[in-house]
Amino acid sequence: MAAHLSYGRVNLNVLREAVRRELREFLDKCAGSKAIVWDEYLTGPFGLIAQYSLLKEHEVEKMFTLKGSRLPAADVKNIIFVVRPRLELMDIISENVLSEDRRGPARDFHILFVPRRSLLCEQRLKDLGVLGSFIHREEYSLDLIPFDGDLLSMESEGAFKECYLESDQTSLYHAAKGLMTLQALYGTIPQIFGKGECARQVANMMIRMKREFTGSQNSIFPVFDNLLLLDRNVDLLTPLATQLTYEGLIDEIYGIQNSYVKLPPEKFAPKKQGDGGKDLPTEAKKLQLNSAEELYAEIRDKNFNAVGSVLSKKAKVISAAFEERHNAKTVGEIKQFVSQLPHMQAARGSLANHTSIAELIKDVTTSEDFFDKLTVEQEFMSGIDTDKVNSYIEDCIAQKHPLIKVLRLVCLQSVCNSGLKQKVLDYYKREILQTYGYEHILTLYNLEKAGLLKPQTGGRNTYPTVRKTLRLWMDDVNEQNPTDISYVYSGYAPLSVRLAQLLSRPGWRSIEEVLRILPGPHFEERQPLPTGLQKKRQPGENRVTLIFFLGGVTFAEIAALRFLSQLEDGGTEYVIATTKLINGASWIESLMEKPF
Amino acid sequence: MNRTKGDEEEYWNSSKFKAFTFDDEDDELSQVVNSLRDFVDDDDADDDLERVSWTVEEGNGRRWCPSESVACSFSALSDTSAKSYAPELGRPKGEYRDYSNDWSPSDTVRRLRKGKVCSLERFRSLQDKLQLLEEAVSMHDGNVITAVLIFLKRTLSKEILFRELEVRQVALRHLIHFLKEIGDQKLLLDLFRFLDRTEELALTHYREHLNIQDPEKRKEFLKTCIGLPFSAEDSAHIQDHYTLLERQIIIEANDRHLESAGQTEIFRKHPRKASILNMPLVTTLFYSCFYHYTEAEGTFSSPVNLKKTFKIPEKQYVLTALAARAKLRAWHDVDALFTTKNWLGYTKKRAPIGFHRVVEILHKNSAPVQILQEYVNLVEDVDTKLNLATKFKCHDVVIDTCRDLKDRQQLLVYRSKVDKGSAEEEKIDAILNSSQIRWKN
Repeated sequence: MAAHLSYGRVNLNVLREAVRRELREFLDKCAGSKAIVWDEYLTGPFGLIAQYSLLKEHEVEKMFTLKGSRLPAADVKNIIFVVRPRLELMDIISENVLSEDRRGPARDFHILFVPRRSLLCEQRLKDLGVLGSFIHREEYSLDLIPFDGDLLSMESEGAFKECYLESDQTSLYHAAKGLMTLQALYGTIPQIFGKGECARQVANMMIRMKREFTGSQNSIFPVFDNLLLLDRNVDLLTPLATQLTYEGLIDEIYGIQNSYVKLPPEKFAPKKQGDGGKDLPTEAKKLQLNSAEELYAEIRDKNFNAVGSVLSKKAKVISAAFEERHNAKTVGEIKQFVSQLPHMQAARGSLANHTSIAELIKDVTTSEDFFDKLTVEQEFMSGIDTDKVNSYIEDCIAQKHPLIKVLRLVCLQSVCNSGLKQKVLDYYKREILQTYGYEHILTLYNLEKAGLLKPQTGGRNTYPTVRKTLRLWMDDVNEQNPTDISYVYSGYAPLSVRLAQLLSRPGWRSIEEVLRILPGPHFEERQPLPTGLQKKRQPGENRVTLIFFLGGVTFAEIAALRFLSQLEDGGTEYVIATTKLINGASWIESLMEKPF
Repeated sequence: MNRTKGDEEEYWNSSKFKAFTFDDEDDELSQVVNSLRDFVDDDDADDDLERVSWTVEEGNGRRWCPSESVACSFSALSDTSAKSYAPELGRPKGEYRDYSNDWSPSDTVRRLRKGKVCSLERFRSLQDKLQLLEEAVSMHDGNVITAVLIFLKRTLSKEILFRELEVRQVALRHLIHFLKEIGDQKLLLDLFRFLDRTEELALTHYREHLNIQDPEKRKEFLKTCIGLPFSAEDSAHIQDHYTLLERQIIIEANDRHLESAGQTEIFRKHPRKASILNMPLVTTLFYSCFYHYTEAEGTFSSPVNLKKTFKIPEKQYVLTALAARAKLRAWHDVDALFTTKNWLGYTKKRAPIGFHRVVEILHKNSAPVQILQEYVNLVEDVDTKLNLATKFKCHDVVIDTCRDLKDRQQLLVYRSKVDKGSAEEEKIDAILNSSQIRWKN
């Protein structure tokens, strides 16, 4: 079904099967025909674990998205609401239920909370007088969703804000739960490393949960050698920079949602002769992006500047393959050619798609403004002129570029300077408020609280020390045949990944000073294994590290980790988990204040 | 099936049902029945009781879900329908006691976490309640922490609750998040006041304006924000926010009137696309430069007045005025914007934003080449000038600059770019053939 999930070192199809089973069990509890009413946000994540066919097999006949007032008509016995535990959704559900009660044949209502039931929501349903209408109120612990052979995400969009702004631990608790599920399926992880306040808490929760779970001894041979928990606020810098890998740029420009991207349709119009370009498609072209597609797996993590040459080489190979048909003389040869045809056609289609996407991206990356922005980012990251008002940022504000873009740059400058001088900060603030509206005081306050945009305190800029010790800026970077992770940002090596790299070799003891500068504690825990389960590594066998980003991870960081996994003498392969796949824009947006 | 209307009304209105509202402190029944378990319990009987009683009434074999305890279902079946609306009262006493068993705080929390039935009401002393809270916090389950906080919020006085949470930071943060979530603004403000977190108090209050649509009401609300303990910088911004909206309301009323009267040329020629209410300051300045450029400083809508009131920096002002006047193709105004007279009466062109920016903005507003040319010529840096002139096809500037630089090669390159037989080509040829110039290449 989802073969690409089993390509990696750890077969994530096992997890996918487990969550599918749980879903089937719930559906079967509600006997008879059913309609599902979806919290729209969840349809994406659910799509990754179950297709409609699975639901259909379990008598799901209709699907609706959750909307106010009445439910659409459906001749089914059960109505199942599948929702995140959010108060505003409870209001809509109760509207649905109340208007339903007054007409037509009675149906059974159920509610499935994802990933957790919430007492608060149930109280709201009760206040609205509908709690009693539900036969089943259950939770579906879809904590970690497999996205790819080496990638898991909780897709919890509020996680960063909750953890670092509200200091609410709920999503950390879910992360710990998800890790417990993983350990139940893949064995106890013998070693836990971590850096950051949230990492510490998740480790504590895991240890506590394990203690409470003494009843059954986990007898599965451990697949993971260690776990690295990383707080996003240990590395606030990386997501702010523009990602320069192919996948990263697709995300930056078009936004990848649950492994799908929507693209402008013009480039994908089927080229037919005599069409005269009349009926161009108007609906966005939707493509799924994952390693199941051979070509995409090859180019997704490359620096964008290295993608063009791969595409043109592929084009030559494919057209040569098609030319082969002229050489096929005997029946046997022709037969063989024909048998390869479907694969070749798929490859050609995939090549056409990615050529179009690459063209779209190139239009952006070759623009003057993109170049200017990148120049400023790279100056900041390499430590140039971070302590005064930047004229490009000023220009962006004057020309009213999108606020998120401006905030991203200002935050980047602040992070690369360990905070801005009060005068500089006040200047930016005033310009932003006058141009974009005073209400953004609230957003600026949030950014300050999260440590992204703040005045310099103590008068010392610690970033240069961090940069030099961790070699975050590399002047000679090879984008075509990279030798270092810094290729993903054409010069900047993501701090988070550098920490992972140094942990695996030579160990964190070598960078104690920097670890003390970065926020939060660093620690190591061991989870003892019974002797029978202790691993004896074969010589040359790589360790498998599960790295969990609390508060989000970018595609460029994922690319850098994959690069490390593939290094011949790397010694470590990574499986990546996170609370949410983010980019600078979606991240900043999650911190912006909106009306209630 | 259809329940009868009477049934339905009873269902929604019966006092017994109301007794279950969670927060209803006045109700004497609440001590007994307002337990957390009402909304905690999952597959326990009270919801399904209703279902079952309907089944009995209608006799259509509604499916009975297997996970329920048989005891409950039997007691339900024997109940009258009225009782089943208040299921907990209908449940035999013995069974109830069974639920409120002597769980210790830690057992209780553990059960809550598993979504099981648990009454918190039996924790009456402050000490018990706090122990309950500490157990919940140590489990890290936000859901359970919130449940316990709801219980504490309801059963403790505000003062005690705040005092105890002040020394329990994790629980405190959960309470703040919870209050934000349910929008209990009043208690949240009280809490911040108690904790002396003045800036958060001010911002939380200010935030509420986002939910007020009516401009007059929003303005009045913003007025209440002035003087709140913001940081010094923010105080000034909040004051400006209020003043700006106040202005916008006046301008909006006035201009809407002018526009509908149809007597003012500018509004006839360029009907307003949207109201100016709640727009940012710079947008408002643009609007005022567009519609009210020539007004005297005394009016609220005049650009100069806005500039003074909000201390808009010269750069920002010029930029905005330029964009607005260029959009109207009022080149004379543009000219005036950059003309300064010195004390001897000589005029001089000066642009605080740099003439390269002026050119960009003019081009964006599709200014004719003659106008563009004039400003390109004023760009000081020669390379920038040449780039801009080439980009915007200001042939004369390019040609003259190359001549001044004595750059024959570049001129030759440019010759290949202009149209054959055009005036520009002629001009270039004339210069190239001139014997007066000592070319550097």
